[in-house]
Amino acid sequence: MDLDAAMLSRIQFAFTISFHIIFPAITIGLATAIAIWEGMWLKTRNPVYFQLAKFWIKPFAITFGMGVVSGIVLSYEFGTNFSKFSELVGPVLGPLLAYEVLTAFFLEAGFLGIMLFGWQRVGEKLHYFATCVVAFGTWVSSFWIIAANSWMHTPAGHKIVEGRFEVESWMEVIFNPSMPYRLVHMLLAAMLTATFLIGGVSAWYLRKNRDVAFARKGLSMALWAALVLAPLQVIVGDFHGLNVKEHQPIKVAAMEGIWPETETGAPLLLFAIPDMENETNHFEVKVPKVASLILTHSLDGEIQGLKSVPPEDRPYVPLIFFSFRIMVGLGMLMVAAAVWGLWLRRKHPQFESKPFLLLMNLMIPTGVICTLAGWYVAEVGRQPWVVHGLVRTMDIVTPLPAERVLFSLTLFVVTYSTLLLVYLYFMAKLVRKGPPDLARLEQHMLDVNAPSFALEWVKKLQREVVED
Amino acid sequence: MDLALFYYLLLGFAVLMYVVLDGFDLGLGILYPWFKSEGERDHMMRSISHVWDGNETWLVFGGVVLFAAFPAAYAGILSTMYTPIMLMLIGLIFRGVAFEYRFKSERSKPLWDSAFFLGSSVATFCQGTILGAVVQGVKVGEQGALDWLSPFSVFTGLALMVAYALLACCYLVMKSRGDIMARAAHLGRKLVVTLMVILAIVSLWTLIANTEVRARWLDGINFVYLMPLPILSALFGWLLYRDLDGQPHETRPFWLAVGLFVLGFAGLVVGLFPYLIPHQLTFWQASAPDSSLKFLLPGIFIFLPLIFAYTLWGYRIFSGKVEDFEEGY
Repeated sequence: MDLDAAMLSRIQFAFTISFHIIFPAITIGLATAIAIWEGMWLKTRNPVYFQLAKFWIKPFAITFGMGVVSGIVLSYEFGTNFSKFSELVGPVLGPLLAYEVLTAFFLEAGFLGIMLFGWQRVGEKLHYFATCVVAFGTWVSSFWIIAANSWMHTPAGHKIVEGRFEVESWMEVIFNPSMPYRLVHMLLAAMLTATFLIGGVSAWYLRKNRDVAFARKGLSMALWAALVLAPLQVIVGDFHGLNVKEHQPIKVAAMEGIWPETETGAPLLLFAIPDMENETNHFEVKVPKVASLILTHSLDGEIQGLKSVPPEDRPYVPLIFFSFRIMVGLGMLMVAAAVWGLWLRRKHPQFESKPFLLLMNLMIPTGVICTLAGWYVAEVGRQPWVVHGLVRTMDIVTPLPAERVLFSLTLFVVTYSTLLLVYLYFMAKLVRKGPPDLARLEQHMLDVNAPSFALEWVKKLQREVVED
Repeated sequence: MDLALFYYLLLGFAVLMYVVLDGFDLGLGILYPWFKSEGERDHMMRSISHVWDGNETWLVFGGVVLFAAFPAAYAGILSTMYTPIMLMLIGLIFRGVAFEYRFKSERSKPLWDSAFFLGSSVATFCQGTILGAVVQGVKVGEQGALDWLSPFSVFTGLALMVAYALLACCYLVMKSRGDIMARAAHLGRKLVVTLMVILAIVSLWTLIANTEVRARWLDGINFVYLMPLPILSALFGWLLYRDLDGQPHETRPFWLAVGLFVLGFAGLVVGLFPYLIPHQLTFWQASAPDSSLKFLLPGIFIFLPLIFAYTLWGYRIFSGKVEDFEEGY
């Protein structure tokens, strides 16, 4: 690998976007969960919901802050490092990103202040409204980003006039062939990320035997969510795979490690080490015909292989191959954990199984890892194209001196590594500190003239805490 | 009106909104060394912690308008200003996370204080430098490592730091009481004087260095039409100086300072129109195809008024002084 400016720019972009995506993946789901809890609290006045909302709003806030600062970088990086790309596809992607800012960024930023700091300044209904708007904003934001990103995978609705892109149909640009699959897949990934974060942290409290009522509620809700979301994600992933096979068959060939020009009855490779130079795999562990079954829904289905295109049109196979297996493997683990949780519910509604709690605890980062792995499969799989079939990545990099990119890349690596450590440190600190105590909640109930049944809830919970 | 002109004005508007809004919260960071106690710094940060994120969104908006409507200018300016943009981004990152972590830390608080101060200062200096380099007319596409760095751009970098700090002083006068307010007003007076001198120097320097700006300003009758800009600026400066004295007026200084920014910005646009990059690229040459410009129009007409409405609403909810008893989230 030649470390010239082009490669350094690509590494920098991959690095900064990988860092950024961690945070939206968490906040999209977390914002939704907080909105649900706050709504449940208003409806039932069960203080556990209020505790959940009040507690998770803090991790949400620092995660959101990290997402904001790392996101600003991305909106400028197209111009700094990929100036020809900006000139060429600015007319297509620019308006989509502008719509994102207009419909989502401002909305989130405008209501975030009220959500975080408005507890004493606005009534509880208005506060709840602000929370819902922030959650809604994160969804809208994903919509535009995924639309823009999907267009780069399955471009549609454009024409090329005098060497530059012009849009003929914005509907076709936005709702391009892969967009619906990619959007649902990404939103589910974000929901699952938050689900396993909430479930894992709750499980940790249960293992430590503290804040039990709070943790049981959190874990229980997370497990119901996982039970719906994880299998659903498997199904959506399958549909998405079929869509990729139709539009980007070489990406699928890389995911499955299929080398021949075409292969019928292709086996599912559980493990292998792809070798790009010799155009083959080593150490294959395979299940016959299953890849064909999954991708064509027929045992003898035909799949296009990597050798059907010249080497310069193939992506870097090993990264895609392994990322794909990590994503699928952890996804299956999520399904298994959700089913185990369901089974436990029948006999031990209190989730007293130590191994299960430990597993949930250890699975905290799985959502983030899956999201990153999936992202690599999609993005690396598109190479060597930046806009699939139309624009090559190597042709759009700003001709910068290598040392200048190396300088900025070093800055980002140092800054982001520091920030990640700080972020993890403060997240751990917030978790150790735990939810707000019930005495303060009781006071709050009195302050807002909460109905009498709500006070009963608090008293009951306080008795439980003493008994625990 | 042709679409490109509309977007040129929109871009100018976005930049102005950004400069004014993020200006006061970046300025607070620059002012940190003059407010040393933890209580004062808490107060300052609390006065902006609910709005800084929205303010910074205007920077992203400006960026995407440039990207969407003038892709050629976006590509040219950003790739040429590579180093100051990267430094600005790093500065913005450090100050942005300082908001979150400062209030949650005990031992590391001084560290976040310096992150906030340094981040704000570096980001501001870089913004001023980029502006200076663009006005001066750095050749786009040429890749000398330090082309953006010149005596003029360094001066405009420092000038912007003074201007943001002044805006922050006026904001602080509005948001605080007693000792902090008095100190902010006192500092503000010194900064007004400094800024007026700087404005004069920058104006003359631009007239001397940039022949097109000189032609625009000094040719024939133009001079008469444009005279209100410097005259009003001087008047605003004088009013501001007076308002910050003794018992300062609480909200007027802030609006006067905003007025100064508007006038300064108008002076700049008048000098450069219709160029996005002086001598090299007009906004007509840089504009995207009509299909892109048209697609974005409804979004702008529907959402910008909405954004204004809820942003104003948000500011109103948190209007008045920052109260000491107020808890976070």
